[in-house]
Amino acid sequence: MKTQITLNVNGQQHEVNVDPQTPLLYVLRNNLGLTGPKFGCGLSQCGACMVLFDGKANPSCLMPVEQASKMEITTLEGLADENGNLHKVQQAFIDEQAAQCGYCLNGLVIASVALLDENPNPTEEQIQESLYRNICRCGVHARVVRAVKKASTT
Amino acid sequence: MKTTRRTFIKQMGYVSIGFSLLGPVCLGKEGTYPNANIMEPEDPDHINAWLRVLEDGRVLILTGKMELGQGIRIAVAQVAAEELNTRLDLVDVNLAETGVTANEGYTAGSRSIESSAMSIRHAAAAAREKILKMASQKWDRPSSELILEDGMISGGDQKMSLYELLEGKQIEEDIGEPAEIFGKTKRKIVGQPVPRKDIPAMVRGELEYVQDLKFPDMVHARIIRPKSYTSKLGSLEESGLQDFPGFLKLVRLGSFVGVIAEEEYQAIKLSWEVQDRATWEAGEELPADVPLKDYLRTLPEETETEEDKGDWKNAFEKAPVKHSAAYYKPYLMHAANGPSCAVAYYNDDKLQVWTHSQGVYPLRETLANLLEIPEDAIHVKGVPGSGCYGHNGADDVAAEAALLAVEFPGRHVRLQWMRDEEHLWEPYGTAMVMELQAGLSKEGKIVGWKYDFWSDGHSSRPNGEPRTFLPARFLDRGHGVPGPGFKGGAVRNSMPYYTIDNLQTTSHIFRGPLRRSALRALGAFANVFAIESFMDELADKAGKDPVDFRIEHLDDERAITCLRKIKRNTTEVNLGEREGIGYAFARYKNSASYFAVAAHVYVNDEEIVRVKKMWGVIDSGETINPDGLKNQTEGGMIQAASWALREEVQFDKDHVTSRDWHLYPIFRFQEIPEVDVEVIDRVEEDPLGAGEAAQGPSAAAVVNAVFSATGKRVRDLPVNPVEKYLR
Repeated sequence: MKTQITLNVNGQQHEVNVDPQTPLLYVLRNNLGLTGPKFGCGLSQCGACMVLFDGKANPSCLMPVEQASKMEITTLEGLADENGNLHKVQQAFIDEQAAQCGYCLNGLVIASVALLDENPNPTEEQIQESLYRNICRCGVHARVVRAVKKASTT
Repeated sequence: MKTTRRTFIKQMGYVSIGFSLLGPVCLGKEGTYPNANIMEPEDPDHINAWLRVLEDGRVLILTGKMELGQGIRIAVAQVAAEELNTRLDLVDVNLAETGVTANEGYTAGSRSIESSAMSIRHAAAAAREKILKMASQKWDRPSSELILEDGMISGGDQKMSLYELLEGKQIEEDIGEPAEIFGKTKRKIVGQPVPRKDIPAMVRGELEYVQDLKFPDMVHARIIRPKSYTSKLGSLEESGLQDFPGFLKLVRLGSFVGVIAEEEYQAIKLSWEVQDRATWEAGEELPADVPLKDYLRTLPEETETEEDKGDWKNAFEKAPVKHSAAYYKPYLMHAANGPSCAVAYYNDDKLQVWTHSQGVYPLRETLANLLEIPEDAIHVKGVPGSGCYGHNGADDVAAEAALLAVEFPGRHVRLQWMRDEEHLWEPYGTAMVMELQAGLSKEGKIVGWKYDFWSDGHSSRPNGEPRTFLPARFLDRGHGVPGPGFKGGAVRNSMPYYTIDNLQTTSHIFRGPLRRSALRALGAFANVFAIESFMDELADKAGKDPVDFRIEHLDDERAITCLRKIKRNTTEVNLGEREGIGYAFARYKNSASYFAVAAHVYVNDEEIVRVKKMWGVIDSGETINPDGLKNQTEGGMIQAASWALREEVQFDKDHVTSRDWHLYPIFRFQEIPEVDVEVIDRVEEDPLGAGEAAQGPSAAAVVNAVFSATGKRVRDLPVNPVEKYLR
């Protein structure tokens, strides 16, 4: 049942030998050791597992890995440049201390990166709207909105 | 013992290089912990129970508390760095771990700063004084001429590292009473909004959560859940399961069923297959046909007068104005973003567990009783998980992973719950009913007060009894279901903080239909919600401003200051059509942080209430990290507003039905109010627990704002039940 599949993750080609129906999330975390994306619901309801598919933020917990092989995938680990310099969204989350437990942070950073890519100057309402798919239980939402706003001006 | 300690310290010195303290990489290639069964923590009266000097010059702080997202790591690092006059990057923190850190019980009740951080402060101050004394003797110089800074001690032309001075030993003396606490006198690091060290790792995806642990040859497990709390496994056809990809083992212990597979997704698919094959005998029915609020009042109860002052009845009867009201709070879910997870490893009669439990020692004791393994053969290491501020499935999943690991020795077993397991099986914050009566004098003062509240116990944390673990009830060994739990949680904040001469409060403790345990603030959430709603109603009856009315019933200046500030911070607010502002106040536990709050709401055409903005003023005495305190308070306000507006666990006759984020909606980004928190820092005071202070007042402020907007009182939570959205 296992198949050799080539994935393009964070600018690199990876060969994995997996059941092609395995959701991408498990392959990223367990086969490639990329644990930035988290398991939250397995239902595409909470955003914890978001990655960039060809630049668009979407959950990875239901997407079969064979389907993902056709796209360029970027995970949280792939946002910093080759010298380790953080993406401005990552930096803004640090500057605003926009985290408590941080479990949802992966999805929030990924969704915000995609948002700013599409709309470099979003209003607060647009930020809130675009993060609608992400669940946060510690209540850091207000800080997250501030962080994205800040990143949009840097 | 000496040899063991030294070996241990050497290992700690080794493991704390880089950011790997939390990681399994430090535990050796086989993932085993050296000397797990012979290590005991130091006496907590001794300095080295809290603080170790490492070979590379850094200091390792040992806290018995867990990082839950509240920022305890940075807070304890700050207090230690201040006393040792050292840079923060030279201070590392080891979170709760059996045999390593002091046994500080649970990370709960907003006690981590009051207890752990203060123990660490005193230990570090005592360490500084001992170090200066040692150097003074060694160099024959008065200690007033010596300087301790950044792990180096110097005086005149002499200079050496702490590690050299101590010759590799640790400071074993008693903490005693240090002569000076720099945190009170110098305050260079404490009281500053120092950024957390874990957030940079989080944004890079490098912070290791318990969900992220990986060990060589680790296997994955999933549990097959019964139909209800009490149903038993009927039949299960096992034949052919071994042919499924990755199948390693089916574990059946009575009605507790789990599968173990090589890969995670294989374990998930196997669990679906086993679920399809299993039949379950029906258990007891849940009371799904009666409104829960009414049902709870029909349950057998333990009634106790908690407070009886003056003659409330007589005062009430004579009062010219009388008022009464009843309130209801449903079951609430912890609903962590990441489902509970644990890793367990059993080999050579020893068990190791990696867990996001809030109490590693109580978990160890309870595991020992469940598994009949001696406590000293169990090592439990705390590793942060997904936050929720309460006792969710963390301990249950640890017990389940341990049960499976014992059945499958020699390889690390990782078990993470699926979303529906977390939603359907965690122990919820209990439903409560609250009834209030009060009389007002003609001057508008409260003259008689009666409060009755109905509640389940609030905590079923592991306490040594195996039945506190979810899987225990399904084992054949007959552990039964947990006992009444922590009644004190129900009573919390049931006494109003106001000056009322004649009052009586009575608790009515029942055993409710759903599993329940500690959720942030415990009973204080519902008690304060009810009392502060009622205060608002009384102010209205008395024709008084709700903030002034509260101030007239307070004699604690710190409480009054919070209320005056919240009023001042909201004077400029302009209210539009169908908008209102509401206020509330409480002192958490009547002994911890003071918190006043205002909420600005509007009610849309579909009668759905939205919160536009919330303001908070918090006085937690001496503030260790003002940004950490703000973050906690903002989060508490948002979480409490979500509880009040949106949340309610629902069930049918079989089991809970709120199985996912659609059926148990919590606030999403578009619903989030703007938040503004002012911190009152009182350096001269003791620091007070703060993490739960916002919960009750925030909910009350929201419903009081609804009254201000519409003239209608909301007394049953949630304000916007799911059905409203379906109309």
